[in-house]
Amino acid sequence: MAVRGIREYDGKMLMSSLMGRFSNNTISVRGDFALIDPTTDMDSLPQSMPWLLTDKLVAKPDMLFGKRGKNNLLKLNATWEEAKAWIQEKMTVDTTLSGVTGKLTHFLVEPFIPHDKEYYIAMRSFRNEDTLYFSTEGGINVEENWDKVKEIHVPVMRDGNILDAGNFDVTRELPLEGSELSAVASFVNALYRFYADQGFSYLEINPFAIKDNVVIPLDLVAKIDDTAAFENLDSWGRSLEFPSGFGKTPTKEEAFIKELDSKTGASLKLTVLNPDGHIWPMIAGGGASVIYADTVADLGYMNELGMYGEYSGDPNEELTYQYACTVIDLMTRKSDVRGKALLIGGGIANFTDVAKTFTGIIRAIEKYQDALRTAKVKIFVRRGGPNYKVGLDKMRALGGKLGIPIEVYGPETHMTRIVPMAIDYIKA
Amino acid sequence: MSRPDYQLFTRETRSIVFNLQTNAIQRMLDFDHVCRREKPSVAAIVNPSAKQGGYHKVFWGTKEILIPIYPTTEKASAKHPDADVLINFASFRSAYSTSMEALAISTIRTVVIIAEGVPERRARELASTAEKLGKNIIGPATVGGILAGGFKIGNTGGTIENIIESGLHRSGSVGFVSKSGGMSNEAYNIIYHNSDGLYEGIAIGGDSYPGSTLLEHLLRFEANPDVKMLVCLGEVGGTEEYRIVNALKEKKITKPLVCWVTGTIASKMTGEVQFGHAGAKAGASNETAEAKNKALTEAGAMVPDSFDDYGEKIRQVYEKLVGEGKIVKKPEPEIPPIPVDFKAVSNTVRKSTEFICTITDDTGDEPLYSGVPMSKVVEMNMPLGELIGLLWFKKKLPAFAAEYIEMVLRLTADHGPCVSGAHNAIVTARAGRDLMSAVASGILTIGPRFGGAVSGAAKAFSDALKRGLTPLEFVNEMKVKGVNIQGIGHRIKSATNPDIRVTLIKQFAKEKFSATPYLDYALEVEKITLTKRNNLILNVDGAIGVLFLDLMESCGDLFSEQEKSEIVEFEILNGLFMLGRTIGMIGHFFDQKRLRSALYRHPMNDVLYDLPDPADLGYDF
Repeated sequence: MAVRGIREYDGKMLMSSLMGRFSNNTISVRGDFALIDPTTDMDSLPQSMPWLLTDKLVAKPDMLFGKRGKNNLLKLNATWEEAKAWIQEKMTVDTTLSGVTGKLTHFLVEPFIPHDKEYYIAMRSFRNEDTLYFSTEGGINVEENWDKVKEIHVPVMRDGNILDAGNFDVTRELPLEGSELSAVASFVNALYRFYADQGFSYLEINPFAIKDNVVIPLDLVAKIDDTAAFENLDSWGRSLEFPSGFGKTPTKEEAFIKELDSKTGASLKLTVLNPDGHIWPMIAGGGASVIYADTVADLGYMNELGMYGEYSGDPNEELTYQYACTVIDLMTRKSDVRGKALLIGGGIANFTDVAKTFTGIIRAIEKYQDALRTAKVKIFVRRGGPNYKVGLDKMRALGGKLGIPIEVYGPETHMTRIVPMAIDYIKA
Repeated sequence: MSRPDYQLFTRETRSIVFNLQTNAIQRMLDFDHVCRREKPSVAAIVNPSAKQGGYHKVFWGTKEILIPIYPTTEKASAKHPDADVLINFASFRSAYSTSMEALAISTIRTVVIIAEGVPERRARELASTAEKLGKNIIGPATVGGILAGGFKIGNTGGTIENIIESGLHRSGSVGFVSKSGGMSNEAYNIIYHNSDGLYEGIAIGGDSYPGSTLLEHLLRFEANPDVKMLVCLGEVGGTEEYRIVNALKEKKITKPLVCWVTGTIASKMTGEVQFGHAGAKAGASNETAEAKNKALTEAGAMVPDSFDDYGEKIRQVYEKLVGEGKIVKKPEPEIPPIPVDFKAVSNTVRKSTEFICTITDDTGDEPLYSGVPMSKVVEMNMPLGELIGLLWFKKKLPAFAAEYIEMVLRLTADHGPCVSGAHNAIVTARAGRDLMSAVASGILTIGPRFGGAVSGAAKAFSDALKRGLTPLEFVNEMKVKGVNIQGIGHRIKSATNPDIRVTLIKQFAKEKFSATPYLDYALEVEKITLTKRNNLILNVDGAIGVLFLDLMESCGDLFSEQEKSEIVEFEILNGLFMLGRTIGMIGHFFDQKRLRSALYRHPMNDVLYDLPDPADLGYDF
């Protein structure tokens, strides 16, 4: 639950479908965009999108990264056949961006539209205001010409009332005149209403062109606050996707945990850092999980950290079981001469029933007991909170029963004390 | 009562809890008890689905008290103007509207928003609105906070054992603030073990735009003379910690501050990882934990090398303040005995039960009928008669017995509108009463004269047979006593107009039962009574009753002698008629309702009026 990037395609489609509503139908945005991924049947696509065959096209990867022009990942003024061939090639070869290597999977295809003037508009949210950035000199050099960018401040409150985006008018702030001013101002006003209404926290269109009140967004970057989903079910539908960044395609396990997380009021998170790592922290609590990871890194063992993850918000036994199974399965797939450490850590819970969540974890340990033995896993437990004594006793008893080494500590032991213990174990 | 702005809570603070969070409310009251507060910290509860209000029962120490429930915060506040804190447990969907409503109420000064997942734009609006009104928000996405020994928000501090183990039941000198609710509880424990304990702790919540910021609370602590030192736990992402840096530089914070920013690992990771908190993501190099820890150190905060040394830093600052005489250790208050919940010790204490049940157990996953799981009953498509055997007799009845019971239910299901049960049900339905009243009024007519002679007949015949009376001796004995034999005689049916129901069950019993000694005896009795009058036949009640006796005999030793006599004694056999006839009475009720039948009034010409002369009674008008 946080601010997340969306695809350029989704941003443009949202704009295209909603701009009429936010401009009293005075502004429209072209809607001829196609998103191509490895499952797309490119040969039949022109049947539903005939413009692919009639227009000159632009093709570019749509995977949350920018500077595509500078990275030579922009196909301009192409026919459909040319664009298709280019995409097919890019999908098969490895691409390296900022040190991360991976396959390109998603591409945006849109008409190549010759235009005269390129404008720049961006919107960003802060605690007390939204800031709009506008320039008549948009394009790839906007950063070099940043002194020409006009900042417009839209406060959350104006004259003691919450400012309604519908009443905000940018006209007097724009460095334009005449019909150009009225056309651009109408668009920016509508875009801001769209931005405020649809849960955006960042939106940059660089550049956009405008022709007869039809706006052509040429390049778009957007971040959306996904907690606003319940307010925007009609427009986001079920299709709005929050992809991972380039090279960060979620693994099967990450996707599974994400799926579990989305179905519960509790919180479950998993990011695999190093499948060959020897330290696997399975930590309760958003705050505590970061501190455990910090401590492993602070002590110089970042490279041994298998994952970052957390479970919190009183997940039920079944969810904790599924989560623990996923973590234990990941950490026991490979084994070498050295032992591995599973950290079942956490602070002193406020309301999470420790015994109950431990019941799920214990079931998972029992299920994977052979794998845990084979991978020479030692378990380190530290936890406090409601019913913690029962939970810790169960863990101790489990160690005896299964013959898997388990060390168990409560609130009397400093929270991260088990980290150096785990490091000593995996070093030995 | 006016309080300085820096003081959100005191030992007298009272709150309204939005949504019936029974555990959190009880934990607040347990805390109050341990702190020896005079009044409960929860003045009222808002439960939007309780339109009529009501009361919620809670423990106050070992006693029980009632906390009033209101449907809206506005109504609760009107009745409890002394409650200036709203603890809002509304879901992320309604947290915004309910918090806005509370901010607008003049007597509410602080709103705590527990929900995680409030949209950022709404959170900003809440924060700005509170700022304009000069009110405070704690949260969203928080567990709340605690004034040690004074006032506890919701689930903060966990269980009462943890409250005491972390010294939260009495006041210390340390003001603490963090984003994380879980870590704040951990920090209270660290603080207690390295100083004289917590004065007040606040978790502002892990979102990007919390309603109140780390700095706002640190400045409150700075202004509060009872707080001697400040402890803060920051987090990667955002620039809030730089506001603390500036406050240190501008000498707005002069009390010693121990601070650690977590998330030092973030800059060592490739790619972007979303940590557990929504706001925990570094977007720029100055938002990293390292950069913030460095800036804090340079501004004069005590910053440990890692979280491991956090407690040590707190101890150093605390001991210095004690050495300087700035902190004087307060005497420890006495802790009152803590009542233990029965549930928590139910394995070790014993208490005799008030109720015994030997037929159904609903304490497990599914009800057990005499030990048979309900799912099995359905799975095997258990005959209704067999089911009745389980619940009435705690026995697995043989097929013929179950079949007999079902046959009786079919035969007794209804007998037209004129018999007293159906008649009463109809009259009651027509008087506009409900189903339960109509059926109950019909059932209440079942007795020795109507339907309820089943048990009586069984009792009379089994008694006579056991005493070895011949049918003639039995009839004569009853005549001498002046008692009608139950189960003999019918208003309409007679020897020449036999009751088909009796014919059918007699036939069934002759085929399926191993022997029918009671029926045979009753038929001998009938022969004698028929000589007196043509309608003194064995009626349906009598037949059902005596045949049930034969049924038990035909089951071998399934029923003991004692069980047999108890079944007769306790009117269980009348239950067969009552169960069967209820089907018909429900039918008559629906029938009258469908027909929209009007109120029934008995025709006057159908009544013989024959009143005494008042003069005979001694009146002289």
